[in-house]
Amino acid sequence: MDPAQVLETLKHGAVPTAWYLALSAVLFVIGVAGFILRRNIITVFMCIELMLNAVNLSFIAFAHEHKQVAGHLFTFFVMVVAAAEAAVGLAIILTVFRNRSTLNIDEIESLKN
Amino acid sequence: MPANFTPSNSDLLRFLPETILIAAGTLMMVLDPFLSKSKPKFFGHLSILAFIAALLAAVAANGDPGFAYSNLLIVDGFATYFRILVITIGIFAVFSSYHYLDREKAETSEYHALILFAVSGQCLMAASNDLIMIFIGLEISSIASYVLAGYLRHDKRNNEAALKYFLLGSFATGFLLYGVALVYGITGSTKLNEIHTALAAPGVSLVMVSVAAALMIIGLGFKVSGAPFQMWAPDVYQGAPAPVSAFLATAPKAAAFAIFLRIFVTAFQPVASSWEPILWVMALLSMTIGNFAALTQTNVKRMLGYSSIAHAGYILVALTSRSEIGTTAAMFYLAAYALMNIGAFAVVIHMAGKGETNVQISDLAGLGKKQPFTAALLTIFVLSLIGVPLTGGFFGKFYIFRAALESNLVWLAILGLLNSAVAAYYYLRLLVVMYMHDPSEATEALEPLTPGLRTALVLPAIGTFILGVLPGFVLNFARDAAGIGK
Repeated sequence: MDPAQVLETLKHGAVPTAWYLALSAVLFVIGVAGFILRRNIITVFMCIELMLNAVNLSFIAFAHEHKQVAGHLFTFFVMVVAAAEAAVGLAIILTVFRNRSTLNIDEIESLKN
Repeated sequence: MPANFTPSNSDLLRFLPETILIAAGTLMMVLDPFLSKSKPKFFGHLSILAFIAALLAAVAANGDPGFAYSNLLIVDGFATYFRILVITIGIFAVFSSYHYLDREKAETSEYHALILFAVSGQCLMAASNDLIMIFIGLEISSIASYVLAGYLRHDKRNNEAALKYFLLGSFATGFLLYGVALVYGITGSTKLNEIHTALAAPGVSLVMVSVAAALMIIGLGFKVSGAPFQMWAPDVYQGAPAPVSAFLATAPKAAAFAIFLRIFVTAFQPVASSWEPILWVMALLSMTIGNFAALTQTNVKRMLGYSSIAHAGYILVALTSRSEIGTTAAMFYLAAYALMNIGAFAVVIHMAGKGETNVQISDLAGLGKKQPFTAALLTIFVLSLIGVPLTGGFFGKFYIFRAALESNLVWLAILGLLNSAVAAYYYLRLLVVMYMHDPSEATEALEPLTPGLRTALVLPAIGTFILGVLPGFVLNFARDAAGIGK
Protein backbone atom coordinates (compact mmCIF):
# COMPACT_ATOMS: atom_id res chain seq x y z
CA MET A 1 0.00 0.00 0.00
CA ASP A 2 1.21 3.48 -0.81
CA PRO A 3 2.32 5.27 2.41
CA ALA A 4 0.54 8.51 1.50
CA GLN A 5 -2.66 6.58 0.90
CA VAL A 6 -2.29 4.79 4.24
CA LEU A 7 -1.85 8.12 6.00
CA GLU A 8 -4.97 9.39 4.27
CA THR A 9 -7.10 6.43 5.43
CA LEU A 10 -5.71 6.72 8.95
CA LYS A 11 -6.71 10.38 9.08
CA HIS A 12 -10.29 9.34 8.49
CA GLY A 13 -10.09 6.91 11.38
CA ALA A 14 -10.26 3.71 9.34
CA VAL A 15 -7.45 1.21 9.94
CA PRO A 16 -7.39 -1.34 7.08
CA THR A 17 -8.80 -4.76 7.98
CA ALA A 18 -5.59 -6.47 6.93
CA TRP A 19 -3.74 -4.69 9.76
CA TYR A 20 -6.07 -6.17 12.35
CA LEU A 21 -5.66 -9.60 10.81
CA ALA A 22 -1.88 -9.26 10.86
CA LEU A 23 -1.97 -8.18 14.51
CA SER A 24 -4.26 -11.08 15.31
CA ALA A 25 -1.93 -13.54 13.57
CA VAL A 26 1.05 -12.13 15.48
CA LEU A 27 -0.78 -12.41 18.82
CA PHE A 28 -1.82 -15.97 17.98
CA VAL A 29 1.75 -16.96 17.16
CA ILE A 30 3.02 -15.36 20.38
CA GLY A 31 0.42 -17.42 22.25
CA VAL A 32 1.49 -20.64 20.54
CA ALA A 33 5.18 -19.92 21.11
CA GLY A 34 4.55 -19.12 24.77
CA PHE A 35 2.54 -22.32 25.19
CA ILE A 36 5.43 -24.37 23.85
CA LEU A 37 8.34 -22.50 25.48
CA ARG A 38 7.09 -21.35 28.89
CA ARG A 39 7.43 -23.68 31.88
CA ASN A 40 5.12 -22.09 34.44
CA ILE A 41 1.59 -23.52 34.22
CA ILE A 42 -0.09 -20.16 34.88
CA THR A 43 1.91 -18.51 32.10
CA VAL A 44 1.09 -21.38 29.76
CA PHE A 45 -2.57 -20.91 30.59
CA MET A 46 -2.28 -17.15 29.90
CA CYS A 47 -0.81 -17.98 26.50
CA ILE A 48 -3.92 -20.04 25.69
CA GLU A 49 -6.07 -17.05 26.64
CA LEU A 50 -3.93 -14.88 24.36
CA MET A 51 -4.62 -17.29 21.48
CA LEU A 52 -8.37 -17.08 22.09
CA ASN A 53 -8.26 -13.30 22.21
CA ALA A 54 -6.26 -13.18 18.98
CA VAL A 55 -9.10 -15.16 17.40
CA ASN A 56 -11.61 -12.70 18.84
CA LEU A 57 -9.78 -9.87 17.14
CA SER A 58 -10.01 -11.73 13.84
CA PHE A 59 -13.73 -12.26 14.30
CA ILE A 60 -14.28 -8.55 14.94
CA ALA A 61 -12.14 -7.53 11.96
CA PHE A 62 -13.99 -9.91 9.64
CA ALA A 63 -17.36 -8.77 10.98
CA HIS A 64 -16.35 -5.20 10.15
CA GLU A 65 -15.21 -6.28 6.70
CA HIS A 66 -18.43 -8.18 5.94
CA LYS A 67 -20.60 -5.47 7.58
CA GLN A 68 -22.26 -8.19 9.68
CA VAL A 69 -23.16 -8.36 13.33
CA ALA A 70 -22.65 -12.14 13.51
CA GLY A 71 -18.90 -11.85 14.05
CA HIS A 72 -19.42 -9.69 17.13
CA LEU A 73 -21.80 -12.30 18.54
CA PHE A 74 -19.19 -15.02 18.09
CA THR A 75 -16.71 -13.13 20.24
CA PHE A 76 -19.26 -13.16 23.06
CA PHE A 77 -19.58 -16.91 22.77
CA VAL A 78 -15.81 -17.27 22.77
CA MET A 79 -15.49 -15.01 25.83
CA VAL A 80 -18.14 -16.96 27.75
CA VAL A 81 -16.49 -20.25 26.94
CA ALA A 82 -13.05 -18.86 27.81
CA ALA A 83 -14.39 -17.74 31.20
CA ALA A 84 -15.81 -21.19 31.90
CA GLU A 85 -12.55 -22.74 30.83
CA ALA A 86 -10.59 -20.39 33.10
CA ALA A 87 -12.75 -21.35 36.09
CA VAL A 88 -12.19 -25.05 35.54
CA GLY A 89 -8.57 -24.62 34.52
CA LEU A 90 -7.56 -22.60 37.56
CA ALA A 91 -9.27 -25.13 39.82
CA ILE A 92 -7.28 -27.92 38.19
CA ILE A 93 -4.05 -25.92 38.54
CA LEU A 94 -4.88 -25.33 42.21
CA THR A 95 -5.32 -29.05 42.95
CA VAL A 96 -2.06 -29.80 41.17
CA PHE A 97 -0.27 -27.18 43.28
CA ARG A 98 -1.80 -28.52 46.52
CA ASN A 99 -0.64 -32.05 45.85
CA ARG A 100 2.81 -31.28 44.47
CA SER A 101 3.78 -27.76 45.63
CA THR A 102 5.16 -26.92 42.20
CA LEU A 103 3.94 -25.07 39.15
CA ASN A 104 6.77 -26.12 36.88
CA ILE A 105 5.36 -28.15 34.04
CA ASP A 106 8.54 -30.24 33.67
CA GLU A 107 8.22 -31.56 37.23
CA ILE A 108 4.76 -32.94 36.57
CA GLU A 109 5.70 -36.11 34.78
CA SER A 110 4.81 -39.08 36.95
CA LEU A 111 2.71 -40.73 34.23
CA LYS A 112 4.88 -42.96 32.15
CA ASN A 113 5.42 -46.59 31.44
CA MET B 1 -41.45 -6.66 11.12
CA PRO B 2 -39.57 -7.90 14.19
CA ALA B 3 -38.14 -11.38 13.94
CA ASN B 4 -40.01 -14.15 15.71
CA PHE B 5 -37.84 -15.64 18.44
CA THR B 6 -40.35 -18.17 19.76
CA PRO B 7 -39.08 -21.64 18.92
CA SER B 8 -41.50 -23.80 16.95
CA ASN B 9 -42.57 -27.23 18.12
CA SER B 10 -40.21 -28.89 15.64
CA ASP B 11 -37.34 -26.81 17.02
CA LEU B 12 -38.10 -28.00 20.53
CA LEU B 13 -38.43 -31.63 19.44
CA ARG B 14 -35.19 -31.57 17.47
CA PHE B 15 -33.34 -30.16 20.48
CA LEU B 16 -35.07 -32.47 22.99
CA PRO B 17 -32.22 -34.95 23.71
CA GLU B 18 -29.85 -32.16 24.81
CA THR B 19 -32.63 -30.49 26.82
CA ILE B 20 -33.34 -33.70 28.73
CA LEU B 21 -29.67 -34.36 29.50
CA ILE B 22 -28.99 -30.82 30.71
CA ALA B 23 -32.19 -30.70 32.78
CA ALA B 24 -31.32 -34.01 34.44
CA GLY B 25 -27.76 -32.88 35.13
CA THR B 26 -28.96 -29.62 36.68
CA LEU B 27 -31.56 -31.49 38.75
CA MET B 28 -28.79 -33.69 40.15
CA MET B 29 -26.75 -30.71 41.28
CA VAL B 30 -29.85 -29.35 43.04
CA LEU B 31 -30.61 -32.70 44.72
CA ASP B 32 -26.99 -33.23 45.74
CA PRO B 33 -27.19 -31.70 49.26
CA PHE B 34 -30.29 -33.75 50.11
CA LEU B 35 -29.40 -37.19 48.79
CA SER B 36 -25.66 -37.52 48.25
CA LYS B 37 -24.98 -38.90 51.76
CA SER B 38 -28.06 -41.07 52.20
CA LYS B 39 -28.57 -42.47 48.69
CA PRO B 40 -25.35 -42.33 46.65
CA LYS B 41 -26.66 -44.82 44.07
CA PHE B 42 -29.74 -42.70 43.33
CA PHE B 43 -27.77 -40.40 41.02
CA GLY B 44 -26.59 -43.27 38.87
CA HIS B 45 -30.14 -44.56 38.49
CA LEU B 46 -31.41 -41.07 37.65
CA SER B 47 -28.72 -40.62 35.06
CA ILE B 48 -29.56 -43.94 33.38
CA LEU B 49 -33.21 -42.88 33.25
CA ALA B 50 -32.22 -39.54 31.72
CA PHE B 51 -30.04 -41.28 29.13
CA ILE B 52 -32.87 -43.63 28.16
CA ALA B 53 -35.26 -40.67 27.86
CA ALA B 54 -32.70 -38.83 25.72
CA LEU B 55 -32.26 -41.93 23.57
CA LEU B 56 -36.01 -42.08 22.94
CA ALA B 57 -36.01 -38.33 22.24
CA ALA B 58 -33.20 -38.75 19.71
CA VAL B 59 -35.20 -41.45 17.94
CA ALA B 60 -38.35 -39.28 18.05
CA ALA B 61 -36.42 -36.29 16.68
CA ASN B 62 -35.24 -38.47 13.80
CA GLY B 63 -38.90 -38.91 12.83
CA ASP B 64 -39.04 -35.18 12.09
CA PRO B 65 -35.71 -34.44 10.39
CA GLY B 66 -34.62 -30.98 9.30
CA PHE B 67 -33.03 -27.75 10.48
CA ALA B 68 -33.78 -26.19 13.86
CA TYR B 69 -33.23 -22.79 15.47
CA SER B 70 -32.52 -20.75 12.29
CA ASN B 71 -30.34 -23.46 10.71
CA LEU B 72 -28.01 -23.65 13.74
CA LEU B 73 -28.88 -27.30 14.27
CA ILE B 74 -29.67 -30.07 11.87
CA VAL B 75 -31.33 -33.37 12.68
CA ASP B 76 -30.63 -36.01 10.06
CA GLY B 77 -29.68 -39.68 10.05
CA PHE B 78 -26.04 -38.78 10.66
CA ALA B 79 -26.85 -36.69 13.75
CA THR B 80 -29.18 -39.39 15.07
CA TYR B 81 -26.57 -42.13 14.57
CA PHE B 82 -24.00 -40.25 16.64
CA ARG B 83 -26.51 -39.10 19.25
CA ILE B 84 -27.55 -42.71 19.82
CA LEU B 85 -23.90 -43.79 19.92
CA VAL B 86 -22.75 -41.24 22.52
CA ILE B 87 -25.84 -41.73 24.67
CA THR B 88 -25.26 -45.50 24.65
CA ILE B 89 -21.65 -44.92 25.69
CA GLY B 90 -22.94 -42.67 28.47
CA ILE B 91 -25.19 -45.48 29.76
CA PHE B 92 -22.27 -47.93 29.85
CA ALA B 93 -20.07 -45.33 31.54
CA VAL B 94 -22.64 -45.02 34.33
CA PHE B 95 -23.00 -48.80 34.72
CA SER B 96 -19.25 -49.23 34.94
CA SER B 97 -18.78 -46.53 37.59
CA TYR B 98 -21.25 -47.56 40.33
CA HIS B 99 -18.83 -49.91 42.02
CA TYR B 100 -15.76 -47.79 41.26
CA LEU B 101 -17.14 -44.64 42.93
CA ASP B 102 -18.22 -46.71 45.91
CA ARG B 103 -14.76 -48.28 46.19
CA GLU B 104 -12.99 -44.92 46.00
CA LYS B 105 -15.53 -43.27 48.36
CA ALA B 106 -16.15 -40.52 45.80
CA GLU B 107 -19.12 -38.17 45.43
CA THR B 108 -21.62 -39.59 42.96
CA SER B 109 -23.87 -36.62 42.12
CA GLU B 110 -21.26 -34.38 40.50
CA TYR B 111 -19.77 -37.30 38.63
CA HIS B 112 -23.03 -38.32 37.00
CA ALA B 113 -24.02 -34.71 36.33
CA LEU B 114 -20.71 -34.13 34.55
CA ILE B 115 -21.18 -37.26 32.43
CA LEU B 116 -24.66 -35.99 31.46
CA PHE B 117 -23.30 -32.55 30.56
CA ALA B 118 -20.46 -34.04 28.53
CA VAL B 119 -22.86 -36.25 26.59
CA SER B 120 -25.21 -33.32 25.98
CA GLY B 121 -22.30 -31.42 24.44
CA GLN B 122 -21.46 -34.40 22.27
CA CYS B 123 -25.09 -34.71 21.09
CA LEU B 124 -24.98 -31.02 20.22
CA MET B 125 -21.78 -31.53 18.23
CA ALA B 126 -23.39 -34.37 16.29
CA ALA B 127 -26.40 -32.22 15.40
CA SER B 128 -24.65 -28.91 14.63
CA ASN B 129 -24.89 -27.17 11.30
CA ASP B 130 -22.87 -24.16 12.39
CA LEU B 131 -19.20 -23.86 13.30
CA ILE B 132 -20.01 -21.80 16.38
CA MET B 133 -22.47 -24.43 17.64
CA ILE B 134 -19.82 -27.06 17.00
CA PHE B 135 -17.40 -25.01 19.08
CA ILE B 136 -19.89 -24.65 21.93
CA GLY B 137 -20.81 -28.35 21.88
CA LEU B 138 -17.15 -29.25 21.85
CA GLU B 139 -16.45 -27.00 24.83
CA ILE B 140 -19.43 -28.27 26.84
CA SER B 141 -18.09 -31.76 26.30
CA SER B 142 -14.45 -30.83 26.91
CA ILE B 143 -14.88 -28.73 30.05
CA ALA B 144 -16.93 -31.48 31.69
CA SER B 145 -14.29 -34.01 30.60
CA TYR B 146 -11.43 -31.95 32.11
CA VAL B 147 -13.13 -32.10 35.50
CA LEU B 148 -13.91 -35.80 35.12
CA ALA B 149 -10.29 -36.63 34.27
CA GLY B 150 -9.23 -35.18 37.62
CA TYR B 151 -12.26 -36.32 39.54
CA LEU B 152 -10.45 -37.89 42.52
CA ARG B 153 -8.74 -34.65 43.38
CA HIS B 154 -6.46 -36.04 46.09
CA ASP B 155 -4.89 -38.49 43.65
CA LYS B 156 -1.73 -37.18 42.00
CA ARG B 157 -2.25 -39.19 38.83
CA ASN B 158 -5.74 -37.72 38.44
CA ASN B 159 -4.39 -34.18 38.86
CA GLU B 160 -1.75 -34.70 36.25
CA ALA B 161 -4.17 -36.28 33.77
CA ALA B 162 -6.61 -33.39 34.23
CA LEU B 163 -3.89 -30.78 33.82
CA LYS B 164 -2.51 -32.31 30.63
CA TYR B 165 -5.95 -32.87 29.18
CA PHE B 166 -6.97 -29.33 30.02
CA LEU B 167 -3.86 -27.57 28.67
CA LEU B 168 -3.63 -29.52 25.42
CA GLY B 169 -7.41 -29.51 24.96
CA SER B 170 -7.65 -25.73 25.25
CA PHE B 171 -4.59 -25.33 23.05
CA ALA B 172 -6.36 -27.40 20.38
CA THR B 173 -9.52 -25.36 20.80
CA GLY B 174 -7.51 -22.23 20.01
CA PHE B 175 -6.44 -23.70 16.66
CA LEU B 176 -9.91 -24.91 15.80
CA LEU B 177 -11.34 -21.51 16.60
CA TYR B 178 -8.75 -19.67 14.52
CA GLY B 179 -9.73 -21.93 11.62
CA VAL B 180 -13.38 -21.03 12.21
CA ALA B 181 -12.52 -17.33 12.20
CA LEU B 182 -10.68 -17.63 8.89
CA VAL B 183 -13.52 -19.60 7.31
CA TYR B 184 -15.90 -16.89 8.49
CA GLY B 185 -13.62 -14.29 6.95
CA ILE B 186 -13.43 -16.08 3.60
CA THR B 187 -17.08 -17.01 3.24
CA GLY B 188 -18.94 -14.55 5.48
CA SER B 189 -20.81 -17.38 7.17
CA THR B 190 -20.34 -20.09 9.77
CA LYS B 191 -23.22 -22.28 8.59
CA LEU B 192 -21.84 -25.43 7.02
CA ASN B 193 -24.23 -25.49 4.05
CA GLU B 194 -23.59 -21.81 3.26
CA ILE B 195 -19.82 -22.36 3.51
CA HIS B 196 -20.19 -25.22 1.05
CA THR B 197 -21.97 -22.92 -1.43
CA ALA B 198 -19.46 -20.11 -0.96
CA LEU B 199 -16.44 -22.37 -1.43
CA ALA B 200 -17.94 -24.03 -4.50
CA ALA B 201 -18.16 -20.64 -6.25
CA PRO B 202 -15.25 -19.75 -8.55
CA GLY B 203 -12.57 -17.29 -7.42
CA VAL B 204 -12.12 -18.52 -3.84
CA SER B 205 -8.58 -17.99 -2.51
CA LEU B 206 -7.32 -21.57 -2.18
CA VAL B 207 -4.38 -20.50 -0.01
CA MET B 208 -6.60 -18.98 2.68
CA VAL B 209 -8.95 -21.96 2.59
CA SER B 210 -6.04 -24.35 2.93
CA VAL B 211 -4.70 -22.44 5.95
CA ALA B 212 -8.16 -22.52 7.56
CA ALA B 213 -8.55 -26.24 6.83
CA ALA B 214 -5.07 -26.95 8.21
CA LEU B 215 -5.82 -25.06 11.44
CA MET B 216 -9.07 -26.97 11.88
CA ILE B 217 -7.33 -30.28 11.19
CA ILE B 218 -4.80 -29.46 13.93
CA GLY B 219 -7.60 -28.65 16.38
CA LEU B 220 -9.66 -31.71 15.51
CA GLY B 221 -6.52 -33.86 15.30
CA PHE B 222 -5.87 -33.16 18.98
CA LYS B 223 -9.44 -34.04 19.88
CA VAL B 224 -9.41 -37.37 18.04
CA SER B 225 -5.80 -38.03 19.19
CA GLY B 226 -4.42 -38.42 15.69
CA ALA B 227 -0.62 -38.27 15.40
CA PRO B 228 1.35 -35.96 15.59
CA PHE B 229 -1.14 -34.48 18.08
CA GLN B 230 -1.54 -37.65 20.13
CA MET B 231 0.89 -37.12 23.04
CA TRP B 232 -1.77 -36.37 25.63
CA ALA B 233 -3.82 -39.52 25.09
CA PRO B 234 -1.69 -42.17 26.86
CA ASP B 235 -1.04 -39.88 29.84
CA VAL B 236 -4.68 -38.95 30.24
CA TYR B 237 -6.04 -42.48 29.84
CA GLN B 238 -3.45 -43.77 32.30
CA GLY B 239 -3.95 -41.04 34.88
CA ALA B 240 -7.71 -40.54 34.84
CA PRO B 241 -10.03 -42.77 36.92
CA ALA B 242 -10.61 -45.99 34.94
CA PRO B 243 -14.34 -45.46 34.19
CA VAL B 244 -13.56 -41.92 33.06
CA SER B 245 -10.81 -43.23 30.77
CA ALA B 246 -13.35 -45.63 29.28
CA PHE B 247 -15.68 -42.69 28.64
CA LEU B 248 -12.96 -40.33 27.34
CA ALA B 249 -11.52 -42.92 24.98
CA THR B 250 -14.89 -43.40 23.30
CA ALA B 251 -17.58 -40.70 23.56
CA PRO B 252 -15.61 -37.45 22.93
CA LYS B 253 -13.69 -39.23 20.21
CA ALA B 254 -16.87 -40.40 18.46
CA ALA B 255 -18.32 -36.88 18.65
CA ALA B 256 -15.07 -35.31 17.43
CA PHE B 257 -15.04 -37.67 14.45
CA ALA B 258 -18.69 -36.77 13.81
CA ILE B 259 -17.82 -33.08 13.43
CA PHE B 260 -14.64 -33.94 11.55
CA LEU B 261 -16.77 -35.83 9.02
CA ARG B 262 -19.49 -33.23 8.88
CA ILE B 263 -17.14 -30.28 8.39
CA PHE B 264 -14.91 -31.93 5.83
CA VAL B 265 -17.57 -33.83 3.92
CA THR B 266 -20.02 -30.92 3.67
CA ALA B 267 -18.37 -27.52 4.13
CA PHE B 268 -14.87 -28.25 2.79
CA GLN B 269 -15.93 -30.80 0.17
CA PRO B 270 -15.39 -28.36 -2.76
CA VAL B 271 -11.72 -27.90 -1.80
CA ALA B 272 -11.06 -31.54 -0.90
CA SER B 273 -7.81 -31.74 -2.85
CA SER B 274 -6.14 -29.32 -0.44
CA TRP B 275 -6.65 -31.46 2.67
CA GLU B 276 -6.47 -35.04 1.45
CA PRO B 277 -2.63 -35.34 1.63
CA ILE B 278 -2.63 -34.01 5.22
CA LEU B 279 -5.14 -36.65 6.29
CA TRP B 280 -3.17 -39.36 4.48
CA VAL B 281 -0.03 -38.57 6.48
CA MET B 282 -1.97 -38.21 9.72
CA ALA B 283 -3.68 -41.58 9.25
CA LEU B 284 -0.40 -43.38 8.61
CA LEU B 285 1.42 -41.67 11.50
CA SER B 286 -1.40 -42.42 13.96
CA MET B 287 -1.54 -46.11 13.06
CA THR B 288 2.22 -46.55 13.17
CA ILE B 289 3.01 -44.52 16.30
CA GLY B 290 0.03 -45.96 18.19
CA ASN B 291 0.78 -49.58 17.42
CA PHE B 292 4.54 -49.48 17.83
CA ALA B 293 4.44 -47.52 21.08
CA ALA B 294 1.83 -49.91 22.47
CA LEU B 295 4.18 -52.86 21.98
CA THR B 296 6.39 -51.95 24.93
CA GLN B 297 3.73 -50.87 27.45
CA THR B 298 3.26 -52.66 30.76
CA ASN B 299 0.30 -50.64 32.07
CA VAL B 300 -3.01 -51.82 30.60
CA LYS B 301 -4.63 -48.37 30.64
CA ARG B 302 -1.64 -46.81 28.91
CA MET B 303 -1.56 -49.60 26.36
CA LEU B 304 -5.23 -49.02 25.59
CA GLY B 305 -4.37 -45.32 25.25
CA TYR B 306 -1.82 -46.07 22.54
CA SER B 307 -4.17 -48.55 20.94
CA SER B 308 -6.84 -45.84 20.77
CA ILE B 309 -4.38 -43.67 18.81
CA ALA B 310 -3.93 -46.53 16.35
CA HIS B 311 -7.70 -46.95 16.04
CA ALA B 312 -8.04 -43.21 15.36
CA GLY B 313 -5.54 -43.86 12.55
CA TYR B 314 -7.78 -46.54 11.00
CA ILE B 315 -10.75 -44.18 11.11
CA LEU B 316 -8.64 -41.45 9.52
CA VAL B 317 -7.96 -43.89 6.66
CA ALA B 318 -11.72 -44.02 6.10
CA LEU B 319 -11.85 -40.20 6.15
CA THR B 320 -9.01 -39.96 3.65
CA SER B 321 -10.98 -42.04 1.15
CA ARG B 322 -13.49 -39.13 0.86
CA SER B 323 -16.40 -41.26 -0.30
CA GLU B 324 -19.77 -42.22 1.09
CA ILE B 325 -18.42 -45.72 1.61
CA GLY B 326 -15.59 -44.20 3.65
CA THR B 327 -18.03 -42.21 5.78
CA THR B 328 -20.13 -45.33 6.33
CA ALA B 329 -17.04 -47.32 7.29
CA ALA B 330 -15.90 -44.64 9.76
CA MET B 331 -19.34 -44.52 11.37
CA PHE B 332 -19.52 -48.30 11.67
CA TYR B 333 -15.99 -48.53 13.04
CA LEU B 334 -16.69 -45.89 15.69
CA ALA B 335 -19.62 -47.96 16.99
CA ALA B 336 -17.57 -51.17 17.04
CA TYR B 337 -14.60 -49.35 18.60
CA ALA B 338 -16.78 -47.81 21.33
CA LEU B 339 -18.22 -51.18 22.34
CA MET B 340 -14.94 -53.08 22.46
CA ASN B 341 -13.07 -50.31 24.23
CA ILE B 342 -15.74 -49.80 26.90
CA GLY B 343 -15.68 -53.54 27.49
CA ALA B 344 -11.90 -53.73 27.75
CA PHE B 345 -11.82 -50.79 30.17
CA ALA B 346 -14.63 -52.38 32.22
CA VAL B 347 -12.34 -55.35 32.86
CA VAL B 348 -9.61 -52.89 33.94
CA ILE B 349 -12.08 -51.23 36.33
CA HIS B 350 -12.94 -54.65 37.73
CA MET B 351 -9.29 -55.60 38.20
CA ALA B 352 -7.93 -52.27 39.42
CA GLY B 353 -8.75 -52.54 43.12
CA LYS B 354 -8.88 -49.63 45.57
CA GLY B 355 -6.59 -46.79 44.52
CA GLU B 356 -6.06 -48.48 41.16
CA THR B 357 -3.07 -50.47 42.31
CA ASN B 358 -3.49 -53.40 39.92
CA VAL B 359 -3.42 -51.98 36.40
CA GLN B 360 -0.32 -53.74 35.05
CA ILE B 361 -0.60 -56.39 32.36
CA SER B 362 1.07 -58.86 34.76
CA ASP B 363 -1.81 -58.35 37.21
CA LEU B 364 -4.11 -60.09 34.74
CA ALA B 365 -2.18 -63.33 35.19
CA GLY B 366 -4.39 -66.35 35.87
CA LEU B 367 -7.66 -64.50 35.32
CA GLY B 368 -8.73 -67.35 33.03
CA LYS B 369 -8.54 -69.79 35.96
CA LYS B 370 -9.97 -67.58 38.69
CA GLN B 371 -12.82 -65.89 36.80
CA PRO B 372 -13.35 -67.69 33.51
CA PHE B 373 -16.44 -65.62 32.66
CA THR B 374 -14.66 -62.25 32.94
CA ALA B 375 -11.69 -63.67 31.04
CA ALA B 376 -13.97 -64.93 28.26
CA LEU B 377 -15.56 -61.50 27.88
CA LEU B 378 -12.16 -59.78 27.77
CA THR B 379 -11.15 -62.31 25.12
CA ILE B 380 -14.09 -61.22 22.94
CA PHE B 381 -13.06 -57.56 23.26
CA VAL B 382 -9.40 -58.26 22.59
CA LEU B 383 -10.23 -60.37 19.53
CA SER B 384 -12.42 -57.54 18.28
CA LEU B 385 -9.63 -55.01 18.86
CA ILE B 386 -7.34 -57.24 16.78
CA GLY B 387 -10.00 -57.56 14.09
CA VAL B 388 -10.69 -61.29 14.15
CA PRO B 389 -13.74 -62.43 12.13
CA LEU B 390 -17.09 -62.84 13.94
CA THR B 391 -16.42 -59.61 15.89
CA GLY B 392 -17.40 -56.01 15.14
CA GLY B 393 -13.75 -55.02 14.85
CA PHE B 394 -13.29 -57.32 11.87
CA PHE B 395 -16.10 -55.83 9.80
CA GLY B 396 -15.05 -52.32 10.85
CA LYS B 397 -11.52 -52.84 9.51
CA PHE B 398 -12.83 -54.70 6.46
CA TYR B 399 -15.10 -51.81 5.41
CA ILE B 400 -12.41 -49.21 6.09
CA PHE B 401 -9.78 -50.91 3.96
CA ARG B 402 -12.32 -51.66 1.23
CA ALA B 403 -13.24 -47.96 1.17
CA ALA B 404 -9.54 -47.09 0.93
CA LEU B 405 -9.02 -49.50 -1.97
CA GLU B 406 -12.04 -48.19 -3.84
CA SER B 407 -10.60 -44.67 -3.55
CA ASN B 408 -7.25 -45.93 -4.93
CA LEU B 409 -5.42 -45.50 -1.61
CA VAL B 410 -3.63 -48.80 -2.17
CA TRP B 411 -0.50 -47.96 -0.18
CA LEU B 412 -2.41 -46.63 2.77
CA ALA B 413 -4.50 -49.81 2.85
CA ILE B 414 -1.41 -52.05 2.68
CA LEU B 415 0.40 -50.12 5.43
CA GLY B 416 -2.78 -50.19 7.52
CA LEU B 417 -3.07 -53.96 7.20
CA LEU B 418 0.59 -54.42 8.16
CA ASN B 419 -0.11 -52.24 11.18
CA SER B 420 -3.02 -54.47 12.21
CA ALA B 421 -0.63 -57.40 12.19
CA VAL B 422 1.75 -55.55 14.54
CA ALA B 423 -1.20 -54.73 16.81
CA ALA B 424 -2.12 -58.41 17.11
CA TYR B 425 1.13 -58.98 19.02
CA TYR B 426 0.39 -56.72 21.99
CA TYR B 427 -3.27 -57.66 22.18
CA LEU B 428 -2.48 -61.38 22.15
CA ARG B 429 0.00 -60.82 24.99
CA LEU B 430 -3.00 -59.98 27.20
CA LEU B 431 -4.57 -63.35 26.35
CA VAL B 432 -1.33 -65.22 26.95
CA VAL B 433 -0.86 -63.64 30.39
CA MET B 434 -4.48 -64.23 31.27
CA TYR B 435 -4.70 -67.90 30.30
CA MET B 436 -1.18 -69.30 30.50
CA HIS B 437 0.34 -67.70 33.60
CA ASP B 438 -0.25 -68.68 37.21
CA PRO B 439 -2.65 -66.46 39.16
CA SER B 440 -1.11 -63.21 40.46
CA GLU B 441 -1.82 -61.68 43.86
CA ALA B 442 -4.30 -59.37 42.17
CA THR B 443 -6.38 -62.15 40.63
CA GLU B 444 -6.18 -64.27 43.80
CA ALA B 445 -7.81 -61.48 45.81
CA LEU B 446 -10.30 -60.49 43.12
CA GLU B 447 -13.91 -59.88 44.16
CA PRO B 448 -16.75 -61.30 42.05
CA LEU B 449 -18.24 -59.07 39.32
CA THR B 450 -20.76 -56.52 40.58
CA PRO B 451 -24.13 -56.22 38.75
CA GLY B 452 -23.24 -52.79 37.27
CA LEU B 453 -19.93 -53.96 35.87
CA ARG B 454 -21.50 -57.18 34.65
CA THR B 455 -23.95 -55.08 32.60
CA ALA B 456 -21.12 -52.89 31.28
CA LEU B 457 -19.31 -56.06 30.18
CA VAL B 458 -22.07 -58.30 28.88
CA LEU B 459 -24.01 -55.77 26.80
CA PRO B 460 -20.93 -54.46 24.90
CA ALA B 461 -19.83 -58.08 24.37
CA ILE B 462 -23.24 -58.93 22.87
CA GLY B 463 -23.04 -55.75 20.79
CA THR B 464 -19.55 -56.61 19.54
CA PHE B 465 -20.75 -60.07 18.60
CA ILE B 466 -23.88 -58.79 16.82
CA LEU B 467 -21.83 -56.25 14.83
CA GLY B 468 -19.56 -59.11 13.82
CA VAL B 469 -22.27 -61.56 12.80
CA LEU B 470 -25.15 -59.38 11.63
CA PRO B 471 -23.59 -55.99 10.77
CA GLY B 472 -26.45 -55.24 8.35
CA PHE B 473 -28.73 -53.28 10.67
CA VAL B 474 -26.13 -50.77 11.90
CA LEU B 475 -24.41 -50.68 8.53
CA ASN B 476 -27.63 -49.87 6.63
CA PHE B 477 -28.43 -47.10 9.09
CA ALA B 478 -24.92 -45.69 8.66
CA ARG B 479 -25.09 -45.98 4.86
CA ASP B 480 -28.43 -44.16 4.69
CA ALA B 481 -27.01 -41.45 6.96
CA ALA B 482 -23.64 -41.15 5.22
CA GLY B 483 -24.86 -38.87 2.44
CA ILE B 484 -24.57 -35.85 4.73
CA GLY B 485 -25.69 -32.56 3.27
CA LYS B 486 -27.32 -34.10 0.20
